[in-house]
Amino acid sequence: MAKHEIRSQLPGMFYRKPSPEEPNYKEIGDTVEVGDVIGLIEVMKTFTPVSVDTAGKIISFEVDDADAIMPGQVLAVIEG
Amino acid sequence: MSINKLLIANRGEIAVRIIRAAKELGIKTVQVYSAADASSLAVEMADEAVEIGPASAAKSYLNVEAVLKAAKDTGADAVHPGYGFLAENANFADAVEAAGMAFVGPTGEMIRSMGDKASARRAAQSANVPTVPGSDGVIDDMEVAQTLAASIGYPVMIKATAGGGGRGIRVAENAEEFATLAPQASTEAKAAFGDGSLYLEKLIDDARHIEVQILGDGQNFVHCYERECSLQRRRQKVWEEAPSSALTDEVREKLCSSAVALAKAVNYRGAGTVEYLYDDKSGEFYFIEMNTRIQVEHPVTEAIVGIDLLAEMIRIAGGEPLSVTQNDIVVRGHAIEVRINAEDPSNNFAPFPGIVGEMRAPGGPGVRFDHFLYQGYQIPPFYDSLLGKLIVHADNREAAITRLTRAVSELKLGDLKTTVPLFLALADDPEVKSGNVHTKWLEPWLEANSNKLSSKGGL
Repeated sequence: MAKHEIRSQLPGMFYRKPSPEEPNYKEIGDTVEVGDVIGLIEVMKTFTPVSVDTAGKIISFEVDDADAIMPGQVLAVIEG
Repeated sequence: MSINKLLIANRGEIAVRIIRAAKELGIKTVQVYSAADASSLAVEMADEAVEIGPASAAKSYLNVEAVLKAAKDTGADAVHPGYGFLAENANFADAVEAAGMAFVGPTGEMIRSMGDKASARRAAQSANVPTVPGSDGVIDDMEVAQTLAASIGYPVMIKATAGGGGRGIRVAENAEEFATLAPQASTEAKAAFGDGSLYLEKLIDDARHIEVQILGDGQNFVHCYERECSLQRRRQKVWEEAPSSALTDEVREKLCSSAVALAKAVNYRGAGTVEYLYDDKSGEFYFIEMNTRIQVEHPVTEAIVGIDLLAEMIRIAGGEPLSVTQNDIVVRGHAIEVRINAEDPSNNFAPFPGIVGEMRAPGGPGVRFDHFLYQGYQIPPFYDSLLGKLIVHADNREAAITRLTRAVSELKLGDLKTTVPLFLALADDPEVKSGNVHTKWLEPWLEANSNKLSSKGGL
């Protein structure tokens, strides 16, 4: 099975949940379809969803909730 | 107590502004910063700087323990919160004072009573300040809310008690929308502010946003006249003026006196702003909220009355009485501020956290540029998009608009996308020139004039 890295296109802050009081979009081990949202990136108070471009199973998150990220940085790895 | 060393619990242009005021008062400065702001202008300008956490504001600028520790470790005897972040956090104000330092602002108790919009409304009513028809307090029962909304009359605004800066506000046009939007607003407010309380207000159509700057030392209270901030996008102010061109002297006097009455009623200490909606058609004004901090747009007031509001609030925090009486405060000329944001107006104002290219700051008579930029600076993507404020002052409004166009045209920041094209277009618009605007004016204008908003001439 091939591993796919989900990379950020944007600089900003990565969040794994839609709001502080809600659960994570996805957990390690979850199966995802193309277009599924796995997190949000906040750039200057503007939020952009991060969706996956490949179906499979999430095997890791490479950044924590509310971590600063740079463009090109790996956010998560999917096995599919 | 006299202040010797001031800690600045903020970042960006307001941190630079506070450092400048402190230096002129002979006060040492301590700048706290996140890892993402290590190379910021405020850090460079301050006498000392302390890193208080990672890029995330929640772990740095909003981290009360880290800010207090930095203050204690550096021997600061006062803390200036700026605007945003901890500026209207009553527990922070209390903690600063409990640690034996001066909080540059009102007491925690005043922040609590004025910062909470429902109790602020009660305070306004008891000071005979007109308020917008709405709920007299917090509502948490959705059925009661529904009945109340119907009696206020649609359209009704649903606001989060703990909200601010336009966040957490929804407009319901009818009962059906209300039933959907009110629970959403509560959930969102709980997530964003940890408090899901709501209140309701009648929506006043085509109203202007007019606010009064006040100063108080706990015993004496003055106003520094009004600002008009009707040009807003997504409820964020983009262009502010002082004075408002919409008021007669009679209404101005009533409006400003009501703000002073409110300040007096709560024994206000520090700089504050009383915000109103003004209805041109009826000539009525309505209190909306009071902000217990310095505001972004304070320089337009400084321009027309010649008072350094930052210096005044620091002196008040140090225990000095107001340096001015109401009779000393006289309006001279007209001032306009525009917000230079790292946003691309030709691309729906998308954030543009780029690198400052070859930089040319505007100057000349009547021009002030408050910012935190320098050539080669990488703008951090983690905070808001405000890069700076360009303020012009002239004898009258028409001359101020001419000066604005001249000054905005001088600003060069290389390839950085900013809101500069928006202001060139607005300054050229007949309705803006005639002052015929209201808070819902700008958004349709943006839709209709998107072709005027692309960068040109290297701006």
